[in-house]
Amino acid sequence: MINDTGIVVAFYILAATTVGCALMVAFVRELVQAVLFLALAFVGIAGIYIVLSADFVAVVQVLIYAGAVAVLMTFAVMLTPAADRKNSSTAFWAPAAVLAGLVLVIIVFVSYDTNWQIANRPQFGATAAALGEALLKPYVVPFEVASVLLMTAMVGAIVLTKEEEGEDA
Amino acid sequence: MIMALLTIITDNWWDIRDLSNLSHEIEKLIGDANGPAWLIYVVSGLLGAIGIVSFIGGVAVINIWVERRVVGRMQSRLGPNRLGPFGLLQPVADAIKLMQKEVLMPGTASGLIFTAAPIMFTVPGILLMAVLPWGRNMTLASLDVGVLFLLAASSLAALAVFMAGYSSDNKYALFGSMRVIAMLVSYEIPIVISLLGVVLFAGTMDLQGIVLFQEKYWAFMILLQPLAFFIYFISVSAELNRTPADIAEAESEIVGGYHTEYSGMKFGLFYAAELINAVVVSAIISTLFLGGWWAYKLDEIVPGWMIYIGKIYGVYFLFVWTRGTLPRFRIDQLLAFAWKWMTPMAILNLILVAAEVLVWDESGWSAGVMIPAFVVINGTLAIATVYAFMRLLAPKFERFPTALRFYSNIDVPSLPATADGAARAGTQTV
Repeated sequence: MINDTGIVVAFYILAATTVGCALMVAFVRELVQAVLFLALAFVGIAGIYIVLSADFVAVVQVLIYAGAVAVLMTFAVMLTPAADRKNSSTAFWAPAAVLAGLVLVIIVFVSYDTNWQIANRPQFGATAAALGEALLKPYVVPFEVASVLLMTAMVGAIVLTKEEEGEDA
Repeated sequence: MIMALLTIITDNWWDIRDLSNLSHEIEKLIGDANGPAWLIYVVSGLLGAIGIVSFIGGVAVINIWVERRVVGRMQSRLGPNRLGPFGLLQPVADAIKLMQKEVLMPGTASGLIFTAAPIMFTVPGILLMAVLPWGRNMTLASLDVGVLFLLAASSLAALAVFMAGYSSDNKYALFGSMRVIAMLVSYEIPIVISLLGVVLFAGTMDLQGIVLFQEKYWAFMILLQPLAFFIYFISVSAELNRTPADIAEAESEIVGGYHTEYSGMKFGLFYAAELINAVVVSAIISTLFLGGWWAYKLDEIVPGWMIYIGKIYGVYFLFVWTRGTLPRFRIDQLLAFAWKWMTPMAILNLILVAAEVLVWDESGWSAGVMIPAFVVINGTLAIATVYAFMRLLAPKFERFPTALRFYSNIDVPSLPATADGAARAGTQTV
């Protein structure tokens, strides 16, 4: 159950890891290290999903974010010139800090303001099958539209970046 | 009489033919003593973890010997045979040598990442072991999304390789890790799509469920999904960096690839992790395609985990075989193979499986008719499509070339112009 000692301890460890890594992403000097901390933060979030017994979402989180997105980001960092591979300070740090602080204030306010109810229901069982049913039966149109949108974005990216034939680079 | 005795696997805790008896016994002991519920989880988890880690440790040591001996025999060499009977103590000597070596680190390397990389490279293999079913009642972590977990955990190894290559601050190491990522991005797609065929047939992502599906219909998944097996085997040997595809550490091109700068036990960890990963992938293949712990009637006599280990080593032999016989690909060949051959074939296979499952569900014909029909259809189609695609893409095979082969006929990117102004590719075609 969600109030077990083990679950609570696990939540605090995972939350501390995630928040700590997210802070390191902002503060660490080297961009590659920042990406690696980001991957660790993704894994921490996957752990929180497991605590919430959302096993499918947790595994997909690791697969897509810690696996694919982190690899893609490192690839992008590698393709930038070495001089730009710094997590250097910019003039925008003050407005960014204000914005982040405001978001934090809003989240804290909402979470205190909401009258949280503890649901009196059993734990979730297997979620993968239910998710599959939901995606391919009632929500099949949004699902397909999303995949078409992604396909369009991919084709668009190829069209934008492809060099003309004969224009030797 | 003897057969009758053998078929009964007892429930006694000392009966190691089914190791789950032991953990049941411990659970009962805790339950009788009114121990807390979490203690049961901790104890059974610890038992399973110790079992898996010691299996992995043993495998990493023994397989050094197995691999070197088998490859040696395939290449008409003897392999290690000096130390101990049949050279069996060679891995121990290797390990002692590696431990004694000084662990060097380049001065410009980024220390934390450099040290973390070999550890992170070893972890996914051990993680993967946790979800594999070793017997009817023997799974450490029975996950409902087992297949997805396999994909997720194995994709983490690429990040570790990248960390190793980047933090070394060595151009060859960087090349190696860039190659790994290019390869992973390409080969992840056929791997996922080919496993989707298996999942679609079994109707579950639970690994134990997939084994039980094969038991229920008395057919190894390799019979139903020969093409998926073929694609998965090739793609995964690319992901494992094993020889037909070990361009990430191609000695003749980029020194040692991502582990160029590693020495001592840090290198040893990379070496061991590669062997562990090969065994883990063999275990995945034997679970998904070869029935796991189930083998027709054999699993009633022989304990499931023994059958499973036998199958793992059977598949592992295939990996060693490909390593011992096939030459190394070039990087562009390997990537082109993934995109032009594996991915279309995997998608074809997926469409075929989807159609078959639909027919099976809708028609209501019995499994006794459908399964043999699928075996025949998929087998012929697999052979036919592989042959057709090979004829389509590859140059025609000639034992005795009938015409001269020119450099320009082979698809090689042309070299930059030489000092005398003539392109070298051009001069050779004449």
